[in-house]
Amino acid sequence: MNKMTLGPLEKCPTGIEGLDELLNGGLPRGRPTLVCGSAGCGKTLLAMEFLVRGAVEFGEPGVFMAFEENGQELAQNVASLGFDLPGLIAAKKVAVDFVSVAREEIEATGEYDLEGLFIRLDHAINSVGAKRVVLDTVESLFSGLPHPMILRGELRRLFRWLKERGVTVIITGERGEGSLTRQGLEEYVSDCVILLDHRIVEQISTRRLRVVKYRGSTHGTNEYPFLIGEKGFSVLPITSLGLQHVARNERVSTGVPRLDAMLGGNGYYRGSTVLVSGTAGCGKTSLAAHFVDAACARGERALLFAFEESPSQIVRNMRSIGIDLQPAVDAGLLQFHAARPAMHGLEMHLAAMLRAIDEFEPAVVVVDPASAFVVAGNDYDVKAMMMRLVDYLKTKGITALFCALTAGEQLESSDLAISSLIDTWLLLRVIDLAGERNRALYLLKSRGMWHSNQIREFVLTDQGVDLVDVYVGPAGVLTGSGRMAQEAAEKAATLARQQEIGRRRRDLERKRLALEAQIAALRVAFEAEEAELEEAIRQGEDRESVLVEDRVDMARLRHADQV
Amino acid sequence: MAAKDPFNSPSDGQRTAPPTIWELRLYVAGRTPRSLTAFANLKAICEENLGGRYTLEVIDLLENPQLAAGDQILAIPTLVRRLPPPVRKIIGDLSNTERVLVGLDLRTARAVEE
Repeated sequence: MNKMTLGPLEKCPTGIEGLDELLNGGLPRGRPTLVCGSAGCGKTLLAMEFLVRGAVEFGEPGVFMAFEENGQELAQNVASLGFDLPGLIAAKKVAVDFVSVAREEIEATGEYDLEGLFIRLDHAINSVGAKRVVLDTVESLFSGLPHPMILRGELRRLFRWLKERGVTVIITGERGEGSLTRQGLEEYVSDCVILLDHRIVEQISTRRLRVVKYRGSTHGTNEYPFLIGEKGFSVLPITSLGLQHVARNERVSTGVPRLDAMLGGNGYYRGSTVLVSGTAGCGKTSLAAHFVDAACARGERALLFAFEESPSQIVRNMRSIGIDLQPAVDAGLLQFHAARPAMHGLEMHLAAMLRAIDEFEPAVVVVDPASAFVVAGNDYDVKAMMMRLVDYLKTKGITALFCALTAGEQLESSDLAISSLIDTWLLLRVIDLAGERNRALYLLKSRGMWHSNQIREFVLTDQGVDLVDVYVGPAGVLTGSGRMAQEAAEKAATLARQQEIGRRRRDLERKRLALEAQIAALRVAFEAEEAELEEAIRQGEDRESVLVEDRVDMARLRHADQV
Repeated sequence: MAAKDPFNSPSDGQRTAPPTIWELRLYVAGRTPRSLTAFANLKAICEENLGGRYTLEVIDLLENPQLAAGDQILAIPTLVRRLPPPVRKIIGDLSNTERVLVGLDLRTARAVEE
């Protein structure tokens, strides 16, 4: 039955979300894999899902040999994950054999072997034509049967026998002190060992999975978080997604026209990651709401993860600044996911978020506030988680907006230490001046696009967010009523200047008129004199001619010689 | 297996009274030397201590593998005392007679008889 091929190790897909990627295809086919971990870490569930998915998705029937729970208990336990065990048993796709080892009713008298177990297993395998086998937890034999040495030998024989049968096996084992399993099963099962861990850090539990070894295959070597959700096991996220995402040139509006203008006129890049950081009450959520509103108005889906406010609270509050998100919610374009940060560990949050993103397929994701996660994990973990989230969103081409609450003076280094992951960073800060607090918006960075270096005053009106130029002048940067007072003073000064100019202009006019009047008067005097003089000249000439005539007349009278 | 009336319903209502018939089953897997040893040991013990007041059924799991689950058989050979209750299991080749007698509660049984 055991195929001897010299090609690469044949894999047996588990069908478990994320695990196959981690294992580079699946468990080693035809070989046993040890799944170990402390009590309650999900060993049985992992094994059961391997079996059920094998039967349902890969057409490989399986045998579940349970040493700890009986068939009914098992069926109940996995029914919560949506597995119909009784149905699969009836359809002869899965066989469950409950092995009970009761120490109190067993007496040992000399040597024995486990042939009975072999026969039962063989019978179960034959009854469904099983390709997959789970032994959960074979170590119980040690508490039920005497002579550990015989048992060890028999288990060694069992694993060899299973290999010969060519079935892919999961053996579960309880974690021991200083070793992977209490009875050192890892010595016998040396092909693949998966360790499950369930850690509580600051009262928040996180499940983690690590592939300790995988003979003959590459595998992810890190500790990966996993969760047991409504649809079973999922190991998340799939190995680091890396930096392979395609950068897009398309832009999406921020929802605030003036902010679009600050970003070169078009808003954020699609698929980029935006951080809005600021102190409490500086308008982060409002800015996020604008972004979401704009996305929904374009007919895109938006997903809002709220960690501090309930959905209805957000909708109500945003209404006060003129943004009504309810129609988008009703139209199915906007979905809220609200949870308290301390509800789960980081990994669980991440897993739940990724799952929600996968299901809803939004174009826009808002996390408000991302800094809430600091409650649920330490800085390093938060950064690692944010990096994975950012990577995931970028791979999917989803534009993300993270709000982050900053405290105190360290405005330019966010608590999340994720600033380096961010493409566009808006800093909202409160300027405390002249007895009032006013909001201001800075554009700290925006990769790959022209952006304004100017501070804008950020005003929340009942029509939404408005960005106003701040007063920058000899008196410094002024905002709010200071800005208004300064502007009023300037207006007065301008008016005064304009009035002065008018006055001078009128003066000049008056002078010109006076001058012209003077000129006119002079001209009139001159003309009068001229006329007088001309009259005098004319009279003089008249007198001259009269004298001449008189002389002629006189001469004629005296009969003077004719000349 | 044949249906028997194991309780022998004592008319006086003595619940502690030992039954007259001991119902024993020996599970083996093929005619291995260990199975044969176990069978021989058991036969000798029963003849000496129960003489005729017992039934012994030998079940070869190689022939009837489906019977292994019913009595929760893992180890081979396993001797199951089905009656009198409670069910007792004795695993191994039954070479330690003393332990077999304790396991079967035969010492008590004989004491009651005497």
